Amino acid sequence: MSLMDLTAVELGKKIKEGSVGVREAVKDCLKQIRAKEAKTNAFITQADETGVLKRADEVQKAVDSGELTGPLAGVPFAVKDNMCTKGILTTCASKILSNFVPHYSATAVEKLEKAGAIIAGKTNMDEFAMGSTSETSYYGPVKNPWDTDRVPGGSSGGSAAAVAASEVSFALGSDTGGSIRQPAAYCGVTGFKPTYGTVSRYGLIAYASSLEQIGPVAKDVTDCAAVLEVISSYDSKDSTSFNRGVPDFISALDGDVKGLRIGIPKDYFTDDLDPEVNAAVLAAADRMKDMGALAEFFDLSLVEYAVPAYYIIASAEASSNLSRFDGVKYGYRAGDYEGLHQMYKRTRSEGFGEEVKRRIMLGSFALSSGYYDAYYLKALRTKALIKQAFDKAFEKYDVIIGPVAPVTAPKLGGSLSDPIKMYLGDIYTVAANLAGLPGISLPCGRDSNGLPIGLQIMGDCFNERSVLKAAFAFEQTRKQEKSPLACGKEAEV
Amino acid sequence: MAVKTDDEMIEYVSILAKLELKGDEKERARRDMEKMLDYVDKLSELDTDGIDPLVQVIDTENVFREDMVTNSDDRDNILANAPEKEQGQFKVPKTFN
Amino acid sequence: MKQYETVIGLEVHVELATKTKIFCGCTTEFGGEPNTHTCPVCTGMPGSLPVLNRQVVDYAIAVGLATNCEINRHCRFDRKNYFYPDNPQDYQISQLYEPICLNGYVEIGSGDKKKKVRIHEIHMEEDAGKLIHDAFEKESLVDYNRSGVPLIEIVSEPDMRSAEEVLACLEKLRTTIQYLGASDCKLQEGSMRADVNLSVREAGTDELGTRTEMKNLNSFKAIARAIAGERARQIALIEDGKRVVQETRRWDDTKEESFSMRSKEDASDYRYFPEPDLPGIFISQEWIDDVKAGEPEFKEAKKERYIAEFGLPVDDADIITDSKRMADFFEKTAGLCDNPQKTANWLMGDTLRLLKEHDMDADDIRFSPANLAKLVRLTEEGTINSSVATEVFEKIFTEDVDPDKYVKEKGLAQVNDEGALRETVQRVMDENPGSVEDYRNGKEKAMGFLVGQTMKAMQGKANPGMVNKILKELL
Repeated sequence: MSLMDLTAVELGKKIKEGSVGVREAVKDCLKQIRAKEAKTNAFITQADETGVLKRADEVQKAVDSGELTGPLAGVPFAVKDNMCTKGILTTCASKILSNFVPHYSATAVEKLEKAGAIIAGKTNMDEFAMGSTSETSYYGPVKNPWDTDRVPGGSSGGSAAAVAASEVSFALGSDTGGSIRQPAAYCGVTGFKPTYGTVSRYGLIAYASSLEQIGPVAKDVTDCAAVLEVISSYDSKDSTSFNRGVPDFISALDGDVKGLRIGIPKDYFTDDLDPEVNAAVLAAADRMKDMGALAEFFDLSLVEYAVPAYYIIASAEASSNLSRFDGVKYGYRAGDYEGLHQMYKRTRSEGFGEEVKRRIMLGSFALSSGYYDAYYLKALRTKALIKQAFDKAFEKYDVIIGPVAPVTAPKLGGSLSDPIKMYLGDIYTVAANLAGLPGISLPCGRDSNGLPIGLQIMGDCFNERSVLKAAFAFEQTRKQEKSPLACGKEAEV
Repeated sequence: MAVKTDDEMIEYVSILAKLELKGDEKERARRDMEKMLDYVDKLSELDTDGIDPLVQVIDTENVFREDMVTNSDDRDNILANAPEKEQGQFKVPKTFN
Repeated sequence: MKQYETVIGLEVHVELATKTKIFCGCTTEFGGEPNTHTCPVCTGMPGSLPVLNRQVVDYAIAVGLATNCEINRHCRFDRKNYFYPDNPQDYQISQLYEPICLNGYVEIGSGDKKKKVRIHEIHMEEDAGKLIHDAFEKESLVDYNRSGVPLIEIVSEPDMRSAEEVLACLEKLRTTIQYLGASDCKLQEGSMRADVNLSVREAGTDELGTRTEMKNLNSFKAIARAIAGERARQIALIEDGKRVVQETRRWDDTKEESFSMRSKEDASDYRYFPEPDLPGIFISQEWIDDVKAGEPEFKEAKKERYIAEFGLPVDDADIITDSKRMADFFEKTAGLCDNPQKTANWLMGDTLRLLKEHDMDADDIRFSPANLAKLVRLTEEGTINSSVATEVFEKIFTEDVDPDKYVKEKGLAQVNDEGALRETVQRVMDENPGSVEDYRNGKEKAMGFLVGQTMKAMQGKANPGMVNKILKELL
């Protein structure tokens, strides 16, 4: 048993009680990372040991003096490598940022550090968060701790794998079209995407600004709520962040779902959905019914339009957001060029990977003269219709439950050859991004290969509490399962 | 909306995107673009007449800062990651003759 | 040869007089070392986000109201995408689809020549950084101190037909915006920049010809030359049976020629789309009323009032009100010394002369109204004569000296002592018998010489009226 097998809240409690020292927790974390990295490749950068131990001592002092009292004080965590961390390499898993060390931190990271949590490293991901497998990284693919021949999902695959392999207590991910929820499902951990505007995006290197949110990837629902309470807040540096007052999520975890109205979109359960996933999700719904929730099927509609609308909007924003990587101010610059335009083109062609270039091309086209209306505005109109469909659904239901992904974790190397097929894997997750909704992914079973199956619970905007309440109640009906890497020999201290 | 994805289109888009596509990359990009556009064409089935495009899903307005200087000289940090710099400035291939 | 009509529209960029940039808390102050007025936001660092400066919206509304625009109650920002090193994000945050002001106009000319130039829109946007080129280097250097300085762009309809009308329109915009305090509008320093859209057509036809857009016009003179040059270039093309290409051209004022700015690397397809990092702006009637209530008295009204209230000549009133700074200065000084006409004389005469000599404009005036007012008093009371006054004024102009103290310290007070004056005049006459002789023989000019000599002998302090009187008597 390693300290990293504990949940963040459990570990935080032990630290507060004094039964575990901060230094001890951090040392164990670094040890787990070192032991398991060869198998998972979950990290791009591991924290410098001297610095981290110094930080551990500072936090210990603050805990001892009663200055730090929050549940995460002294708990080591990992940060997806698309969030800026002051003085620590921040690459977006791209060659183009392979030497970028920011002098500022993302607001969400700052908040956690202020609460006493300690950065253990930066996690691997799909390049610029574009992908669903964490294979498009410049730093090589991340592997799934349940079966290292399989992908961990993406794009926050490193964060999910690191938590699943007990390399770290919890991690931050970002979710643009399912990038927290889907890898959480593939790796058998819990991931939460908050309502758009809940967590500041300052310092998150933008892929699709109007869709993405930072959120926790953690061992259970309680950890998600605890992390969320720390990172949710209005930030004057992010004009799209929303002032929701003092966040209160943990108190929603009472296990009581009596009378909770649950909608199950009939149109999610088609032939494209793996039968084992189908069965596990419906069984979860039944379990919640048994606890007194009211669950019924309904027609959500427009399900098949969410993915194409998502890819147009996300690619269009990406084509603009990623323009700044041009070899002028930071990051990679091509070595051999003649004049400014060639410098731009070579830098970007050499610096970006296939999938990123594919989306920049699509996005540039969708915004180009003569096509803006037909593609970009059409996608924004579709987004409006999808939002309306959810508004209607949430008049009747407190939460909507469904699968996270149509299948469980696929084998490495099988997905990238057919991008469209890969994009279709996001069918159940992108709608929450288009409509701005909060959504959680938590384990609800295993398939015949022993791979985790995820359950998704979505709520109306700003209704995180219902999502957490439902998720927590369901979680109580299951025993927490650990990945083979978490339970492996390496884990023993 | 049927769009012809030919070399000329790929060339044009790569100028916009500032990407250099060499050899078979161009053909691959063309095929990818064709497939993608084919796929997203699904949206044309949908009647969106009279629907306003939804830019921001959470409706906020009037987020401002006051006109007060809050930043001071931070040049060393700003330039720290520059691929090439000189005299406190970023250095780029000549932009103007 | 056929007769051609020139059709001109303007795109005027004005740097707003905010303390900080449009989307971050960096200062807009001029003259800092390169990149010392920058932060992650205005250098396009990864993960940075823009937050709008409220004052920019206030200024834009004020300019819109002063130019008779409708205020767009729901406006928002868009991204204009293009790659260039002075543009750190490689997109500019601007407004295309929902600009803040629409459908206005300004009036130019007077009497029969009065005419409206319509304003299509005014939008808010961020300025770019500065590129420094050394002729002998293969590289350019980038300074982002100006990156993110707020601009408004005023886009006119193609309503102007001559360089005179263009300059009148610019002058009108400049005065209006200066009066609002929204910008100092200096063409040379780039705080006001005008791009000229120009086409020609055969006189009498209604259809618009193909237009070009000319940039890099740094003075009113350059604008006039560029208009003449571009008109001639387009007419020559048409006469040759060639076509005018719609493009952006750069005016080179030393060569008096324009050059195409097109290259095969630019598609000028800016892929505008709504800026997802900035929420929309709702401008309430209350907000508009507040801005309206803060409007100053504009030039035209001021000028009429100066003529009516102070009896200033039309030309004086016109020139003094040309700049709000000059007008404010005039009102303060006139109030202190209670003598608007003499104040106007000082401003129209010596002040304008010295400004010109020092290559300054009204905004550069550094002396205080109080000191000019004291000087007016000193001359009016006869404490100093006019030539001493001119000397003292130069001191006020350059060093803002207190004239009361200065006159006392330097002993410049006028000598009104009849005995002393008479003695000096007599001595001057004794020393210059030739001139005395000339005068008595009818040479009036000799009188002037003798007055001059007397003044010189008394270091300019003599009361000139008394000197004249005594000389005549003794002669």
